[in-house]
Amino acid sequence: MKTFKKGGVHPPEKKTTNNCPVVEMPVPDELRIMLSQCIGVPAKPIVKPGDSVACGQMIAEAGGFVSAPVHSPVNGTVKKIEPTRTPQGIWQDSIVIETDKENPVSFPTPRSDGEVNDLSPDDIISIVGDCGIVGLGGATFPTRVKLSVPKGKTAEFVLINGAECEPCLTCDDALMRRDADKIVKGTLLIMKATGAKAGMIGIEENKPEAIKSMSDAAGKYSNLDVVTLKKKYPQGGEKQLIYAITGRTVPAGSLPIETGCIVDNVATAYAVYDAVYNRRPLTERILTVTGPEVPNPGNFLVKNGTSLLEIMKFAGGVPEDTGKIIAGGPMMGRAVSSLESSATKGLSGLVVLPESTSLRKPEGPCIRCGRCVSVCPMGLEPYLLMLQADVKRWDDMSQSGVLNCLECGCCTYSCPANRPLLDMIKLGKQELRKIK
Amino acid sequence: MIIGISILVLGVIGVIAAIILFIAAKRFYVYEDPKIGEIEELLPGANCGGCGFSGCHAFAVECASAKSMDGLVCTGVNSEGMKKIADIVGLTPVANQRKVAIIKCSASCENRDPRNHYDGVRSCAIEASLYQGESDCIYGCLGCGDCVAACPFGAMQLNEGEELPHVDLDKCTGCGKCVEACPRNLCELSPIYSDRPIVWVACANRDRGPVAMKECGVACIGCTKCRKVCPNEAPDIKSFIAHIDQEKCISCGECIKACPRHTIKSTADPISAD
Repeated sequence: MKTFKKGGVHPPEKKTTNNCPVVEMPVPDELRIMLSQCIGVPAKPIVKPGDSVACGQMIAEAGGFVSAPVHSPVNGTVKKIEPTRTPQGIWQDSIVIETDKENPVSFPTPRSDGEVNDLSPDDIISIVGDCGIVGLGGATFPTRVKLSVPKGKTAEFVLINGAECEPCLTCDDALMRRDADKIVKGTLLIMKATGAKAGMIGIEENKPEAIKSMSDAAGKYSNLDVVTLKKKYPQGGEKQLIYAITGRTVPAGSLPIETGCIVDNVATAYAVYDAVYNRRPLTERILTVTGPEVPNPGNFLVKNGTSLLEIMKFAGGVPEDTGKIIAGGPMMGRAVSSLESSATKGLSGLVVLPESTSLRKPEGPCIRCGRCVSVCPMGLEPYLLMLQADVKRWDDMSQSGVLNCLECGCCTYSCPANRPLLDMIKLGKQELRKIK
Repeated sequence: MIIGISILVLGVIGVIAAIILFIAAKRFYVYEDPKIGEIEELLPGANCGGCGFSGCHAFAVECASAKSMDGLVCTGVNSEGMKKIADIVGLTPVANQRKVAIIKCSASCENRDPRNHYDGVRSCAIEASLYQGESDCIYGCLGCGDCVAACPFGAMQLNEGEELPHVDLDKCTGCGKCVEACPRNLCELSPIYSDRPIVWVACANRDRGPVAMKECGVACIGCTKCRKVCPNEAPDIKSFIAHIDQEKCISCGECIKACPRHTIKSTADPISAD
């Protein structure tokens, strides 16, 4: 079974929601749609308070090259444009939309197969851009930019990431079980847009049902292949996935296209299908709400802009003994400090941890056991980077390759002394970016 | 007998080594202006960088070869010290406005309820990069003491129970290390005058009044009352936060009395501007 070469860990999976179907959450009365939903420049609003908006209408345009527009998920009226707290509690501009209760959603007429076949690669890329599609694996990089292969480079493979190596999360699994055909069609569209000859869908072995349904759907096409991967975190990292599937190594500091690969998440492939076939922009996504004490955990289809509190209520409310709620998976996600904030395109799940398991354990001294070195998928020396960050030797950190760190957290996870390795490494990366 | 030979051999080795060292010392002698050493003796030796050079030695080298003292100021020594340095190099010292650090946040725990508990690394820089902080105010002091750790003169300390840094104005030299260290830009260098105390707005909250009021008990809400009572129009209100122009301020204390939020602070007494 295939996997990546260096490092990696396998935390307890705790994928308790892996049999839950996708449940559509009722449309909330009010949506707070954040303007900054992708890596890059925030979108610029093009509606005013009082305007009525239709479902799927663009309400904010891309603010620059690396940026994506934002669309209204419902029919309704713009109430105001005001700052809302992000899950980390920082104020950011948002558009508040009041839903039209009688007719909350409406859908455009889908494109026929013939119409889709007539689209040129550039047409597909511009549809993807106009529909505000961003990488749904968590990084939220605008997909339009990713699909535009730079001059002089050729894309050989499109790799679709269905690894879902994060513990607890099952949203991609649920999507693959439900909409395998559509993901496959989306993959074919990405291949057409980039000119890639073959597509490969990587899924970890712990999702047998998803592997079966995806294999059935992909079996009809000779240029598509489903690859079963060994379960190991961080398999879903771009560079790790490329090595696991193709055996190629992305040189340090360069993009995956150097190896002729384009990597997209399964949810992104589905969003591309939805945009091209159904003319529907990216306004909703599946996210997992889970935790040992959540009354009704599951995989919910949530409109962009739904408040996190509403989502938690839909899952049965916030349990009394809650220590932390994590936005994203437990390995790479961040703790939520305010439930007043709203769901964005990049939110893949809410993991509710009880008080007893959420707190950090007391930190001890480094005994040079080397576990962090052995688990680092990028072959770095986290213990050394932490020491360098402690004494603020940012240049030395750069020479030790800190900028290759993908912030997977394997080092902190495996440290027997509970040292905050990743925090210090992130600090170094931040300082180096400032110096630049 | 054996002891005699040992002493003899070691003695000979010693003499030979002394001769080699003597020749090497003459041959590789590097002339250094004796003034550099004299100046360095007068400097604090904290290598704080407040003068704009990489450290105290670099500053001393610069002084020794300078044509005029223009732009050469060590924030760590007083005007008398600067005069001594100028005397060594035979130049006239340039008058320097002494500055000290002031903290633009006055929200102790009782004024600003912690809404969550931060259990990560005790570092303001890391906490600020992760999220809003323990209270609702995203502008205020995080209380992990990055400024205290950065101060080379031991002029800052975190007050017990308050989690706010306190500046010892006698020790502060205005080098600006804390200004660099604070991820929320709460340290500001303010000029000091020997005839009046410093009056400043101890808040950096740029949220609208009603929001700021909910977030913190002593947040500036931009009500403009301080500007109205000021005889000299020293407070300037921009993005819902007042800032006192130290050049216009006469330290009359009217704004301190007028401020409904008790945000404006003053140093107890005039401090030596020397």
